[in-house]
Amino acid sequence: MNRQWIVWRAVKGFGMFWWDFLVGDTPELFVAAVVTLGAIALISVTGHANAAAVIVLPLLAILSLTASVLRARRAALRERE
Amino acid sequence: MLATTVSTSAVVLVGAVFLACAVEMVEALTIVLAVGQTRGWRSALQGTFAALVVLAALVAAFGPALVHVPINALRLVVGGVLLIFGMQWLRKAILRAGGLKARHDEDEVYREAVATLDAAASSPNRDRIAFVMAFKGVFLEGLEVVIAVLTLGTSAHRLGLAVVVAAVAVVSVGVVGIAVARQLSRVPENAMKMGVGVMLVSFGTFWSGEGLHVKWPGNDVALLGFVGLYLVVTWLLVGVVRRDAPRVPREVAA
Repeated sequence: MNRQWIVWRAVKGFGMFWWDFLVGDTPELFVAAVVTLGAIALISVTGHANAAAVIVLPLLAILSLTASVLRARRAALRERE
Repeated sequence: MLATTVSTSAVVLVGAVFLACAVEMVEALTIVLAVGQTRGWRSALQGTFAALVVLAALVAAFGPALVHVPINALRLVVGGVLLIFGMQWLRKAILRAGGLKARHDEDEVYREAVATLDAAASSPNRDRIAFVMAFKGVFLEGLEVVIAVLTLGTSAHRLGLAVVVAAVAVVSVGVVGIAVARQLSRVPENAMKMGVGVMLVSFGTFWSGEGLHVKWPGNDVALLGFVGLYLVVTWLLVGVVRRDAPRVPREVAA
């Protein structure tokens, strides 16, 4: 019982660490990265369109970052009002 | 050509690992200095040493294991993690530079740590508190360093170089930090974090693409292109945020 509890705590702690590390307070960036990589897998691996993948991957990363920053900016401005 | 691409990748790797380690070392050192100067150096150093041993064990356990993972799978997973981690760092640094988020103030962190330790002055567990505080500070900041070193080092097949650079960064910042003692707030921490964020996103883009069989123009040289591209985007976003951001006072921030 005691051993099970220790194992459960370790697994839970490990899971919580990765959740905080990858998702934390910016779940939109996590989702955006997963969607980006999914799109590139379709374009590059399935569609064999290397030129498109070269452009789309950094473009989606920039759009994700911009959207997340603007979201934080909107939230801060709303708070100020 | 081969020498050029090898050195390009190595230079960006060295820069990213050095900056990431230096930033985290500044944060860890602030806590250790506060513990040492308030409670005495014995517990502070014991906590620091214990955390370093645990971190070294993590590198020894996971470093060699990661080398055996197929390179494309490793680069896809590591690239994805770096992309998310880098965007988080960059977002935070942009919001701080634009005045929407409080900057990390090492003087305030130091004062808060001293206040916490002083408040517990009458506790019979005085040394234990100092040990735990130093351990937690070094371990939590060091964990980010370990992840950066392992992911960047293994994906580039240069784990040895990444470990050496990390050690150099930790020792250099340690020596300089101890020499200047409580003037760590003068370190341009947010600018360094922004630089690390740009490099992490660049590596994340590059490796996740390689993991998905994307052939980058110019091979490793494309990394420099990503660094330039993300720097420009960061600069533009800081400008947008700064335009109408309320001024935020410097205070303790995570």
